[in-house]
Amino acid sequence: MQIIIVGCGNVGTTIAQQLSKEGHNITVIDMDGHKVEAVANHYDVMGIVGNGASFSVQNEAGIEKADLMIAVTASDELNMLSCLIAKKAGDCSTIARVRNPLYNKEIAFIKEELGLSMVINPEYAAACEIARLLKFPSAIKVDTFAKGRMELLKCKINEGSILHGRPLTYLSSGLHCDVLICTVQRGDEVFIPDGNFELREKDVISVVASPKKANEFFRKIGMATNRIKSCMIIGGGETTYYLAQQLLPMGIEIKIIEQNKERCNELSELLPQALVIHGDGTDRNLLYEEGLPRIHAFVSWTSMDEENIMLSLFAKSVSKAKTITKVHRIDYDEIIENLDLGSVLYPKNITAEYILQYVRARQNSIGSNIETLYQLIEDKVEALEFRVSKQSKLVGVPLKELRLKENLLIAGINRKRMSITPGGQDTIEVGDTVVVVTTNQGFHDLEDILR
Amino acid sequence: MNYSIIRYILCRVLEFQALFLALPCLAALIYGEREGWAYFLVLVVCLAVGEAGRLKKPKSTVFYAREGFVAVSLSWIILSITGALPLFLSGEFASYTDALFETISGLTTTGASILSDVEALSKCNLFWRSFTHWIGGMGVLVLILAVLPLAGGYNMYLMRAESPGPTVGKLVPRVRHTARILYEMYIFMTVIQIILLLITGMSPFEAMTLSFGTAGTGGFGVLNSSIGSYSVASQAVITIFMILFGINFNVYYLLRVKKPMEACKHEEMRYYLGIIMIAVILITVNIRDSFSSLMEAFHHAAFQVASIITTTGYSTADFNLWPEFSRFILVLLMFVGACAGSTGGGIKVSRVIIMMKLVKNELSYLIHPKRVRQIHFEQHVVTKEVLRSISVFFIAYALIYGASVLLISLDNLDFTTNFTAVAATLNNIGPGLEQVGPVNNFSVFSQPAKIVLMFDMLAGRLELFPLLLLFTPSTWKRS
Repeated sequence: MQIIIVGCGNVGTTIAQQLSKEGHNITVIDMDGHKVEAVANHYDVMGIVGNGASFSVQNEAGIEKADLMIAVTASDELNMLSCLIAKKAGDCSTIARVRNPLYNKEIAFIKEELGLSMVINPEYAAACEIARLLKFPSAIKVDTFAKGRMELLKCKINEGSILHGRPLTYLSSGLHCDVLICTVQRGDEVFIPDGNFELREKDVISVVASPKKANEFFRKIGMATNRIKSCMIIGGGETTYYLAQQLLPMGIEIKIIEQNKERCNELSELLPQALVIHGDGTDRNLLYEEGLPRIHAFVSWTSMDEENIMLSLFAKSVSKAKTITKVHRIDYDEIIENLDLGSVLYPKNITAEYILQYVRARQNSIGSNIETLYQLIEDKVEALEFRVSKQSKLVGVPLKELRLKENLLIAGINRKRMSITPGGQDTIEVGDTVVVVTTNQGFHDLEDILR
Repeated sequence: MNYSIIRYILCRVLEFQALFLALPCLAALIYGEREGWAYFLVLVVCLAVGEAGRLKKPKSTVFYAREGFVAVSLSWIILSITGALPLFLSGEFASYTDALFETISGLTTTGASILSDVEALSKCNLFWRSFTHWIGGMGVLVLILAVLPLAGGYNMYLMRAESPGPTVGKLVPRVRHTARILYEMYIFMTVIQIILLLITGMSPFEAMTLSFGTAGTGGFGVLNSSIGSYSVASQAVITIFMILFGINFNVYYLLRVKKPMEACKHEEMRYYLGIIMIAVILITVNIRDSFSSLMEAFHHAAFQVASIITTTGYSTADFNLWPEFSRFILVLLMFVGACAGSTGGGIKVSRVIIMMKLVKNELSYLIHPKRVRQIHFEQHVVTKEVLRSISVFFIAYALIYGASVLLISLDNLDFTTNFTAVAATLNNIGPGLEQVGPVNNFSVFSQPAKIVLMFDMLAGRLELFPLLLLFTPSTWKRS
């Protein structure tokens, strides 16, 4: 597809990099010449310096042939205007990032009237991500497939876990768990394991299972699956508001600590059920006073990366809480991963991921059959969900007879609202969706998995 | 410095060299010449080394501007060294240095020869000489980028290091597609020229070799009289195509995507055509008396102007004997060169225009010291970085120029010869004046002087910096 991206911030750059790698033709537009040059130098994309809302600039970027315009500048208004003009000039699909809560309330109207194909609100997306994580407290990361019927959970094997030193076959023979481990991350290395692969402590594993089976698996290996009943959130930004709005109806007790008095008033007005505390979230005494050691989940979501990391480390050390940390700067992720922080979320990556999913789904309608695509481990492992829409070589053949490429695993088959953890006897049928985990990249069709 | 990726690219280049060498092999087969064996031998060696070196995948694909520059300059050096082997092995060149000079002259599209009798060469050698022009014109790495999926985002660094001009942009978002479009247009125009030359009565061999020479703006002929003994119609076709190949290929892209209005508005092309027009008129008036008719004077003036400004270096008349005024106009044109993004060499029209505008700006600052004014070129503001790179290019150019003239002066030839010999090689033209004039050749120079001129040719084609970087010690540090 021909895609134009307006705004070369973190989100714009991430999207440009990923989409270019997936075979799309990308043109980026930004006012800042240096940023444009940096993106054009590092990735195979064309850069244009100018205002993305200007018709002549869009023309230069080839708007008349574009299939999609993604506007992710810092300004909501500019994003919407860029999309509006692109819509009129090139009749393409448009995606705008709009984060102002005021617009967010009227988002349905805006989307309709401006003809936007998708509106992404980074704070709202982040809140959804946190809420999903809190549903599975043992997981570091949760992705869903097949409209939520299958979940892909990433978690770390605790020290002294019963899985230490066991081969994967133990899962079914010893534990009687119907789950599949599709990737194992050990230090810098990533494995797609087979049945004889031995697990060790501190491995980070990705597990595919239906939500129910996943819970069973976690219980059997002795990881806490207790439902979260209380959650402390440091920082009262927009994400906190959206998050509280989602968690409160689930019966979770919410404590919000916010420094700004006015914001506290606002929040307590918006969220009458939540406990809003005016105070410094980094104040040790305050945290103790509010019962940090007994809390189930701890979300550090202030605007300072350093504060967030410090608070989470502290919370980890004094409580058994599930911690979720916001980190803004994506450049130092390998260092942050080494810290025992629990789940770390990069709001910009979340936004990028949402947009990427939309693009892939659209790509689906023109040629390729990818329903969803997740990057499980930064750039190394992908999980793809394919739809089997027509007869092909793969259909009806037992899996063990298929000659699959190396480093590839069929992680799940979904048939008529049922999710199957595939074994050698299972077959793929027309109408299924199939989840494939692989270290190879650039698959467009399910048949690509064959040698 | 990532050595493994450079090794990988260089091995790829060797494989392509093997592919190129297959063509003169074919020519030797057709004409039944024994020299073909030399080509075949080198072909096999290149292919074997290329394949063997490529077996091991590069350790890392980290690639920055530095790797791009080094890969490009080393590629060109390797192409020259291997390309010279068959010429030397065929026994028609006195020494390897001569064969190397001829090959570098071909690849860099210079067209300066050390042969006094071109017609004595075998057909396959003549073909190879001209074909190197065609390869060198658009660039080898651009071709590789167009054909091979070199993964990673580093392609732009390679393309930028090889393509001429102050700023190198893409036509379409992907480097690969851009390179492919460039080559498609290049091949298309070359084929049209071959057909036209055939219609005007040339033999297929001459039509092909001369078209390769024109397309790459090279200048190797197959006759001692260069283009002088062909029909007027053939000469006119070559004149027009020389001018066409000197135009920025962006213009053809705009025509291709059906934007003729924008193509006509291309500022660099307008200046380029303007310069050609003025030069032709001035020279026509100046040489009117030595030709029988005004038309003939115009014809020869136009051919020589087109040949020099596009840095091709064909000739239909011995302009060394022309009046001093005309001679000097031609020398000036040598420096201006063709458009950026074309196959021509020289300083490039766009750089000259931006420099002129910079001078004009400076004058205006003297009158209004507080005036804020930016330089516009092709409807865009020229950024400080581009201005800086152009100024530095001029300085480096002048330094290399001075040093080269100084070094070849050791041969104790006259000043005009030395001065124009460097101009002809550094700007990738071919003929200069006096002893290196259109009817003479570069065999007057000693071996060391030839090496200096070879350096100039490569430096000129790669626009100085990629080659200079090879001589900077810190380039070679790992890290």
